[in-house]
Amino acid sequence: MNLVDVLLAGATLGGLYALVAMGLTLQYGVARIMNLSYGEFLIAPAFLAYVLVVQHGASPLAVLVLALPLGFALQWAVYQLLLTPLVRRTGAGPQLEVDSILATFGLLFVVQGVMLVAFGGNYHSYGYLSVPVQVLGSTVAANRLLVLLVALGLGAGLYLLLTRTRIGTVVRAVAVAPRFAPLVGIDVRRTAALAFGLGGALVAACGVLVSMFLPFSATMGTMFAMKALIVVIMGGVGNLMGCLLAGLLLGFAETLVASFVDPGLTLAVNYALFLLVLLLRPAGLFGRAAR
Amino acid sequence: MSRRTWAAWGAGAAVFAALALLPRWIGSDYLLSLAISVLMYGVLASAWALFSGPTRYVSLATVAFFGVGAYTTAVLGEVLPWAGVLAAALALGVAMALVVGLATLRLSGVYFVIFSFGLAELVKQLVTWWEVNVTQEIGRYVFVDITQQDIYWQLLALLALVLALRALIDRTRLGLALRVIGEDETVAVHVGIDTTVAKVLLFTLSAAFMTLAGAVMAPRWTYIDPSIAFAPVISFQTLIMALLGGAGALLGPLLGAVPLVLLFELLSAHFPNHFSILLGGVFMVIVYLVPRGLIGLWRRRSRP
Repeated sequence: MNLVDVLLAGATLGGLYALVAMGLTLQYGVARIMNLSYGEFLIAPAFLAYVLVVQHGASPLAVLVLALPLGFALQWAVYQLLLTPLVRRTGAGPQLEVDSILATFGLLFVVQGVMLVAFGGNYHSYGYLSVPVQVLGSTVAANRLLVLLVALGLGAGLYLLLTRTRIGTVVRAVAVAPRFAPLVGIDVRRTAALAFGLGGALVAACGVLVSMFLPFSATMGTMFAMKALIVVIMGGVGNLMGCLLAGLLLGFAETLVASFVDPGLTLAVNYALFLLVLLLRPAGLFGRAAR
Repeated sequence: MSRRTWAAWGAGAAVFAALALLPRWIGSDYLLSLAISVLMYGVLASAWALFSGPTRYVSLATVAFFGVGAYTTAVLGEVLPWAGVLAAALALGVAMALVVGLATLRLSGVYFVIFSFGLAELVKQLVTWWEVNVTQEIGRYVFVDITQQDIYWQLLALLALVLALRALIDRTRLGLALRVIGEDETVAVHVGIDTTVAKVLLFTLSAAFMTLAGAVMAPRWTYIDPSIAFAPVISFQTLIMALLGGAGALLGPLLGAVPLVLLFELLSAHFPNHFSILLGGVFMVIVYLVPRGLIGLWRRRSRP
């Protein structure tokens, strides 16, 4: 593999990780609930895309547009129906943390189980735009470039939404000071549900993107959630720019290890990196969590 | 100790003596292996609750230690006598728990949960990599001269030990310190509790039992590979069994282990593909319906 190959592969993978992690950082940073079932809601849209594309001949891009509102509604409902009762019961505190971990674990297994029953444990994929394209003297599949572009577009869109609109300001206010936000008339629980929904829309879009260029299986969600967590914690909870940098870092590290050291070690490197970050910089690589 | 405590210890000893005689008249191998499953999860859940019950740290590292124990037996089983294998497993588990404990116990809440899960996966990946690249074969046969009945008795002994240990610790200053840590760690530090020592000590004890359980269980499988020995589902099952029964009480984890092992056994025979849904369902039931465990439910009933 030459350097351009590695750079492009790393950028696509890293961009995707960053995007997946942005949704999670939004959910965790605003609602303060770690959604461990996050990865399952990436794989479910991937299967949706698989079914629509293979059996009904839809275009993956159309599925992408469909996945955004669907993902939003789904995660919004998860927060309202499953997590609000826990927030009411325990308030905010260590008990809420334990309860929400268990509840989202439960959700993880239920969703994963349903997908296993419906699709089995095998890898699925469909061909889409797998034509080679020449970029700077290196050959890339067109679908990877498309994924990179869409990921950039979605990331930029989210950034503008959060920094340039009123609703984005509200979301950031809750992320920064959940206890003081009500003083200026912000409904914290509604905002948390909104942040969950936004994260859901993003992760659903990522799922469709993944289905365009990677084989996926029903049990892969945990791996994606784990990587998203690595990126979120590395970037600092609630920090979108940190997410982008940490995501790219992880993507490059993985590609480098896979192409120059040993592909069997990528997961081990991931976990080792993650454990190190957790131990040494639990507030993130870039200092305190920014807004 | 008061007369009531003596009576409780006596009753416990009598129950365990009766259980030890059980294999004498269990005729069928199936029932014996079912009893072994119950005991294995009884030990794992009780060991899990030894640390996590009072401190409320949710650990998913159970299978990391369990798997290391199982692999010790697989690697050393033919080289060392059985007692030597167990001693080696114990030493490995304790060493690993000390390193991990000292490094990680300043994490808390969700970070600790994810860390412990990541740890189990990391160990699994490393063992897999080692087997593929260094020993060149994935999977090992366990040839040890241990019968099903031996496994049963050894697990029973482990269970008795872990329960007795917890009962003893609960009565000491260490037990009190752990409960304070569970209530509020900042307060614990302020009243002069050395939280690191207390947590690492208990984490190591609990890990030691998990490692031993893994070492004892290995001969039952005869063949192991990393995905069997380090199956994350073992951690999850241990966790929900302890929580369903009530991790805060001495017999809580056991109370959760017995019905769930039987339920999983029954359902995995009839609905093998639906196991994951079932597991998730049990998680949900615990969170929404019995947040304090079966023991908590019973206690609330008995004193209205």
